[in-house]
Amino acid sequence: MARTKVVVDPITRIEGHLRIEAQSENGRIAKAWSSSTQFRGIEIIMQGRDPRDAWAFTQRICGVCTVVHAVASCRAVEDALDIRIPANANTIRNLVHGMQFIQDHVIHFYHLHALDWVDVVSALSADPAATAKLAQTLSPWPNNGEAEMRAVQARLKKFVGSGQLGIFANGYWGHPAYKLPPEVNLLAVAHYLEALDWQRDVIRLHTVFGGKNPHPNFLVGGMASAINLDSTATINAERITDINSMIKHAREFVEQVYWPDLVAIAGFYKEWGAIGGGVPNFLACGEFPEADVRDLDKLYFPRGIILNRDLSTVHEYDHKKVQEFIHSSWYEYPQGADAGLHPFEGETIPKYTGPKAPWTYLQDEPKYTWMKSPRYEGHPMQVGPLSRMLVAYASGHQDVRELVGAALGKLKVGPEVLFSTLGRTAARGIETVLLARKMEQWMGELTGRIRNGDVATFTKDKWEPSTWPAKTQGYGYLDAPRGALGHWVQIENGKIARYQCVVPSTWNCSPRDAQGHEGPYEAALQDNHPLLDPERPLEILRTIHSFDPCMACGVHVLDAEGREVVEVKVQ
Amino acid sequence: MLNPSQYPWADGDTLGQHFESRGVTRRDFLAFCAEMAVILGLGSAAAPRVAKALQSVKRPSVIWLQLQECTGCVESVLRTAEPTIGDLLLDVVSLDYNHTLMAGAGEAVERAKQAAMAANKGQYLLVVTGSVPTKEDGIYTVVGGRTAKALLEEAASGAVAILALGACAHWGSIQAARPNPTGAVGVREVIKDKPIVNIAGCPPIGDVVTASVVHYLTFGRLPAVDGEGRPLFAYGKRIHDQCSRRAHFDAGQFVEAFDDESARKGWCLYAVGCKGPETFSPCPIFQWNTRTSWPIGAGHPCLGCTEPFFWDTMTPFYGRLPNLGGIAVERRVDTIGAALAVGAAAGVAVHATGTILTQIRRRKATQQIPETSPDEGPRHG
Repeated sequence: MARTKVVVDPITRIEGHLRIEAQSENGRIAKAWSSSTQFRGIEIIMQGRDPRDAWAFTQRICGVCTVVHAVASCRAVEDALDIRIPANANTIRNLVHGMQFIQDHVIHFYHLHALDWVDVVSALSADPAATAKLAQTLSPWPNNGEAEMRAVQARLKKFVGSGQLGIFANGYWGHPAYKLPPEVNLLAVAHYLEALDWQRDVIRLHTVFGGKNPHPNFLVGGMASAINLDSTATINAERITDINSMIKHAREFVEQVYWPDLVAIAGFYKEWGAIGGGVPNFLACGEFPEADVRDLDKLYFPRGIILNRDLSTVHEYDHKKVQEFIHSSWYEYPQGADAGLHPFEGETIPKYTGPKAPWTYLQDEPKYTWMKSPRYEGHPMQVGPLSRMLVAYASGHQDVRELVGAALGKLKVGPEVLFSTLGRTAARGIETVLLARKMEQWMGELTGRIRNGDVATFTKDKWEPSTWPAKTQGYGYLDAPRGALGHWVQIENGKIARYQCVVPSTWNCSPRDAQGHEGPYEAALQDNHPLLDPERPLEILRTIHSFDPCMACGVHVLDAEGREVVEVKVQ
Repeated sequence: MLNPSQYPWADGDTLGQHFESRGVTRRDFLAFCAEMAVILGLGSAAAPRVAKALQSVKRPSVIWLQLQECTGCVESVLRTAEPTIGDLLLDVVSLDYNHTLMAGAGEAVERAKQAAMAANKGQYLLVVTGSVPTKEDGIYTVVGGRTAKALLEEAASGAVAILALGACAHWGSIQAARPNPTGAVGVREVIKDKPIVNIAGCPPIGDVVTASVVHYLTFGRLPAVDGEGRPLFAYGKRIHDQCSRRAHFDAGQFVEAFDDESARKGWCLYAVGCKGPETFSPCPIFQWNTRTSWPIGAGHPCLGCTEPFFWDTMTPFYGRLPNLGGIAVERRVDTIGAALAVGAAAGVAVHATGTILTQIRRRKATQQIPETSPDEGPRHG
């Protein structure tokens, strides 16, 4: 049986530029390649800069998860300079990062992922009354009435009738892999629209503490937003009231719309609990420090490693065991092409060896991407919500066990379905619910300290470079919405000598290594994966979107000498 | 501009009919027009003119290309909102191509883009986010097997005008920071024969984008721009001259360290590195995220992100600007804003003519990155 070569480029509804190639056979995917086709060189640009500026530079790696690189960078520099930030600053960072998770995950579900499962055109034939009735069995959300559903459907009809389909043009409508009844499709479309308004409101928390979103401002040593209940220019009672209302709004939407929709839709796609599992190893670096960031016992989501899907053992995570390889990547190492380098020794010299653009296929090339291959003790690892929830579950985390148990019970499935495309999507919802509840507690802690007179948000002991050692280095971890993130910085004579990031999408989108181990995207697409119609690759989108790719994050480069060395060999 | 609006706009409808069908009252609509008129610098008296123009306009096709970038500009436009009427604006155009939100992928969306460009040839607005890498034949950003440069040149050739959205499309931004490893440049370095408006900032405020589109629909031409190609209605004044903390600057009341007593009083951030005195931006006036706050309002110095080459000229970010004396309220001399409000009520056509568009000022020769080596350090120490 001949194999069909498949190319999906651009993969849409993600951040950045991702190309998937595959070979399909008898309605299934036999082989897959993931390729990142953008390179920006931000870490080269970091060299020689003031380390206190690093958060702003690295933040621009990504405007979607716009908080994560900034905070990881601050933590790396604070680790290098032994800066302990005030409790208020840590709590504010948790609030900002927590709202990033909540907003990002909801946007991902409705605006980036839902159209893989929801047939917008089918919603036209739904019965609005039945839709409302169904919705009211799922949740008490007040906007789920018949009138609302009827209005959404009327607007949709008019939109489709206009013949101007805009972003819905050439979607895979009517594809046999769509399984939802028209009423569920209509409900999802209604919430797709509602979520657009919701996200604009809740993200304003970033604006209160950081002045803007995207790309709010941060500060090495704490946060710049001072607290003074008696000033109009600072965090005061009026601002706190506004934040509390956003947190309430966030929680209501997550509990009454996002989570019920996710569970309802998953119920129609249970077979996806056996599809797209892929790499069986999971890494979580841990997140949401509830004390000093160095106190690893006080992380709300614990850190750890799970190997070969074995939930009986959680292995310790040690960043020193992370290495990056370039076997299939457009780079070279002075140490040789097979070397694996820890980020503190990281070298990246871009060396493009692919075909001259325009190109047709990359799958026959020995090197096919700008992504490197991070490995943990040689293992490819999945990172992201599923890794976090599995590590927490296996560690006996009470909140996680309760919610995972409830979800599995509702769907009448066992925990084995978690190792799948559906599992990744469900885990994202689970952690969103937990964080939406957690925000109130963090806000309570912040206001409690303010009540007791503690308003400090910044520690200035090590602000001046004259107080720094001549040579130092630091590691900043952060488990971001898309997974484990690490920043490694080396500082010499007050300047950045070396800067390296290993990013969630680098782990997940990594290419094959010298041992032939595929990266997580590739392995997932090769794991019991259907592809009915190579011309309409809906199933590929489902699995790739379940990882929530962030390509601009994934590709980075460091050159210790700041050299600008690029050799291009066009084959 | 991004979503399939909750209130789809059927073909053939005018905006006026569209409002009516979605239940927008005349009063709401006029209030909205008044707000837009103020944002555009026309004064609220121009509201009826804006209303008249908007009511008769039909929605144009928009093609949105995302090149070498971080998607922050798309996110910023997603945040655009006035409480009741904001999403209306997102519906003022037909968004026929955008990576972040399109349902299809690969070949399917490429076909959709080609169809939209062919059907609206010479008429569609091209929005570009991201820079264009030029080194090594452009292999640093390739989509669908084609380079960013090739995609931009193709899409620009049939466009009536280009909105270069964000610092990357404007001048290259972070990718173009020293030593600019990929040879990243802004749109204006690649496309020389089309009118380009630079919506500056990293990212820009979403409301500036929507206001620019409304300007185009209302007056049949792009907004007047400064020497950097930035719309005057947004970038005509310095942050320093509009800053809510300006009185503290004039009184010599400065924050000397973050979170000190003066920081808790909201004093001027100049001494901890604020770049407001050298930055032309609407942040203090428009503010961010439905006017919730803005960087200086939240206690952090301005980074100067609407200015070209700010990653090199405004760093270190916490270093104080040198030689700052005798600042006075002033406008840049190289502007042509005076005629903005004159004669604008003429019948509105989406098909802006080349003649009108050539009124847009020829831009100054592109600035070069300051030639400093890493050892010499940046300009402001």
